[in-house]
Amino acid sequence: MAGLTPEEWTAIALSLRVSLVATLASLPFGVLVAVLLARGKFPGRTLLDVAVHMPLVLPPVVTGYALLLLFGRRGPLGGFLEHAFGIVLAFRWTGAALAAAVMGFPLMVRAMRLAVEAIDARLEGAAGTLGANRAWTFVLVTLPLMLPGILAGATLAFAKALGEFGATITFVSSIPEETRTVPSAIYALLQVPGGEARAIRLALVSVAISAAALLASELLARRSGRRAAA
Amino acid sequence: MSLEVAVRHRAGAFRLDAAFASGGGITALFGRSGAGKSTLLAAVAGLIRPDHAHIVLGGRVLADTDRGIALPRHRRRIGTVFQDGRLFPHLSVRQNLRFGRWFTPPAERYVAEADIVDLLGLAPLLHRAPSGLSGGEKQRVAIGRALLASPRALLMDEPLAALDAARKAEILPFIEALRDAYRIPILYVSHAPAEVARLADTVVVLEAGRVVASGPAAAVMAGPEVAAILGPAEAGALVDGRVARHDETDALTEIATPAGLVTVPRLAAPPGAEVRLRIHARDVMLALGPPEHASALNVLPARVAATTPLEPPTVEVRLEADGATLVAHVTGRSVRELGIRPGLVLYAVLKSVAVDRGEVGRAPGTPAAAIQRGP
Repeated sequence: MAGLTPEEWTAIALSLRVSLVATLASLPFGVLVAVLLARGKFPGRTLLDVAVHMPLVLPPVVTGYALLLLFGRRGPLGGFLEHAFGIVLAFRWTGAALAAAVMGFPLMVRAMRLAVEAIDARLEGAAGTLGANRAWTFVLVTLPLMLPGILAGATLAFAKALGEFGATITFVSSIPEETRTVPSAIYALLQVPGGEARAIRLALVSVAISAAALLASELLARRSGRRAAA
Repeated sequence: MSLEVAVRHRAGAFRLDAAFASGGGITALFGRSGAGKSTLLAAVAGLIRPDHAHIVLGGRVLADTDRGIALPRHRRRIGTVFQDGRLFPHLSVRQNLRFGRWFTPPAERYVAEADIVDLLGLAPLLHRAPSGLSGGEKQRVAIGRALLASPRALLMDEPLAALDAARKAEILPFIEALRDAYRIPILYVSHAPAEVARLADTVVVLEAGRVVASGPAAAVMAGPEVAAILGPAEAGALVDGRVARHDETDALTEIATPAGLVTVPRLAAPPGAEVRLRIHARDVMLALGPPEHASALNVLPARVAATTPLEPPTVEVRLEADGATLVAHVTGRSVRELGIRPGLVLYAVLKSVAVDRGEVGRAPGTPAAAIQRGP
């Protein structure tokens, strides 16, 4: 892919960074919500379930608009973050990461929740009789046993983040070198005459990265699956 | 160390209301499936929260709902061995074994890993993964894992139920060895009379969530409550005795019991060793005089204590022979024709005798009066 322009390289690097940050930052929340939904008995559990799955069924542009209203500089959360921590999300690459994380979150939680539900809760009981309190039981038994699910969830979220377009462009627009990820770049190229050849090249890059991510996760899952089964 | 348990619990239509005490050694919770044995065990381990519980282990209150005390399971220090092993699939055998040890304060560790590996024969398994182990190997690891947490009591929930006869024979000696090596109370849930007969010092019989009998193993296992659970084919008596002498010419061993000398095929146990005999009720014949010209080796004089009609034509005859209890199943016609009634002295002819326990390690022949019957 020697023929890529510097702007295209920038878009690729930005996409990878946005997706990686989105995935890693949402990972702890994903695990927490998955365990809460799989094991928790608390009022509002259904509400949490619905809220988490909302981005999956809403039009992405609606999710992006909601993010803009909440996290825009005049939004309640955006204003708070800016005043308290000096963090600005709107029209920044961090905002793109937030949009990608929110869009990938339901996929991440689904995979992890299935993994938690597949764990024999009696193993956790056995850990208790051996002296492990709930926190240790979680760290030593639950977490390792849900590892394949965590990997699967993280990969799905990463792949989703790489492809995220609707919510991102609504929330943070498509600013070159700040928020123009690969999908945004492809869309921008398609808007100008003669950009099609470059759009196809970038599309192929996008396909290659996604395929590599899925392959890597498959290998990881197989390795951890073998360890768990062994 | 003593263990006192009183639990009331309601789960759906099932009601558990059971209390018992164990002075140490192996206490068997015996009863049919669904009698509440495992629920009772789960309450002691802290795996369920009963509506009412009073559980004291060696003077330490583990649960007392009246005072609002219910220690969480990780602070009870009670080792539990489950029917299915429940080994952690993501850890190796060695890591499984060390799991509980890690949570035990060093000052309270009384079990050394090397001893357990030795006692349970685990050395060749240490680097294996649980999924590659046979059922018997898994249970041995599970027992080792529970013990390495240096528990103050050990609960075993049908640890052998999922195993075939050969595997059971492999594990039973280990359970006997750990009973002798670590003097902690062991609660052993089982519905297999052979296991109970072999292992238990004290037996608690559960029926539909209630304790119907409890006391020394020999007395309880010969009792009518156990007979009712076992049915006529399995009912019988336990008699504790001591190896008197070996007869090498005929390959026989004579065992001195409270009821008299009993001859069995040659045992490996040395003279003086304590053994436990199991005598099925269907293997006991009754005669008014000492039978002559008969092939049976064992004829014991005994006094009829009670007769209980079972499913016709069978009548259960309970016999007292100097402190040992025997049970015979004969027909109603025989009872009538021989005039069998309480107080009659007659002769019990034993057609076969099973030796259940090689070394009892405890005083044999507890009087039947020590038995406690539930309401």
